[in-house]
Amino acid sequence: MFGVVRVRSVIAVLIAVAVVAFLVYGLVSKGNSRLAMGAKAPSPELPKLTGSGDGSLNEYRGQWVLVNFWASWCIPCRDEAPALAKFQEEHGGKHFTVVGIDTQDISDDGVKFAKEYGITYPLLHDGNGDSAHEFGTTGVPENYLLEPNGKLAWAEYGPVDGKILEEHVAPLLPPEKTS
Amino acid sequence: MSAGAAKRPSRLRRLPLLLAVVAALTALLLPNAAGAVSGLRTELNEIESEVMCPVCGTLLELAESPQATREKAFIEKLVKQGQSKDEIKEALVAQYGDAVLAEPKGSGFSLSAYVVPIIAFVVAVILLAFAVWKWRKAAGKREDRHPEVEGPSDEDRQRLDDDLARYDL
Repeated sequence: MFGVVRVRSVIAVLIAVAVVAFLVYGLVSKGNSRLAMGAKAPSPELPKLTGSGDGSLNEYRGQWVLVNFWASWCIPCRDEAPALAKFQEEHGGKHFTVVGIDTQDISDDGVKFAKEYGITYPLLHDGNGDSAHEFGTTGVPENYLLEPNGKLAWAEYGPVDGKILEEHVAPLLPPEKTS
Repeated sequence: MSAGAAKRPSRLRRLPLLLAVVAALTALLLPNAAGAVSGLRTELNEIESEVMCPVCGTLLELAESPQATREKAFIEKLVKQGQSKDEIKEALVAQYGDAVLAEPKGSGFSLSAYVVPIIAFVVAVILLAFAVWKWRKAAGKREDRHPEVEGPSDEDRQRLDDDLARYDL
């Protein structure tokens, strides 16, 4: 009799633990924590917005990379786009590049946006927003500066302008521009 | 009378006929145009009620965000191109992934959204039936342990009556 009661208790506890674990997993998988400073950035394979095939942040290891999450429907993204294009012109090269990730956007709209602002840096398309989610973004635009080893060195959780880029990003980059 | 003056009344005579033709064509074309616009709106509304606004996490028909506005424009463009509902949904999935569909697909991992509730229901019914069976069994055992109390036997009843009669004396 005591044995039967004990088995039932164990089963009840196991079920309770399973339910709690399921709920915790749900919360953890839904929640997105921001990428911590010094943490290695994720680098999923994404389709290229302009051109064919896939691309990944891994391709830029060895370079400083400013990852810019944006979307064509986002007004602040429009505000910051000229500053990013100019910064790429001035600093882009062997040691540094901006990589734009067009997130939760229609690719044709993204291509039009790139043409409109004369964007020449590499662009990837993150249609379902999974890549932005992995970075822990809470919206667009957000900017993440990655070291050559892919670790996060600096972030701006909102739009950037020329002044912010010159004050926070430019000093971290190697002095010479090698195109 | 000049030749030009002779022609003018003839043209005037044709004017009502011309107006009648224009009116008839307008009457024919207008309902079709209105019907086409109404059909387009119906199809748009239907699709918007079956897909999500990925940024807002709500049905597209309820969303008013800038992203939703672009998504609606994208759907409208494809409807005008004559694409079917399924083709438009496929195009949306290509842009935003499976999460754009309000109802999960009936294949792959998404199938679990349909199968898991059915399995859970069946398991719940089995567990409930088992519990009811156990309760009934336990109740039967309790009845065995506490059988109904029967009245006195005829012999006891007779003896009781005899005793009572004796005390009355």
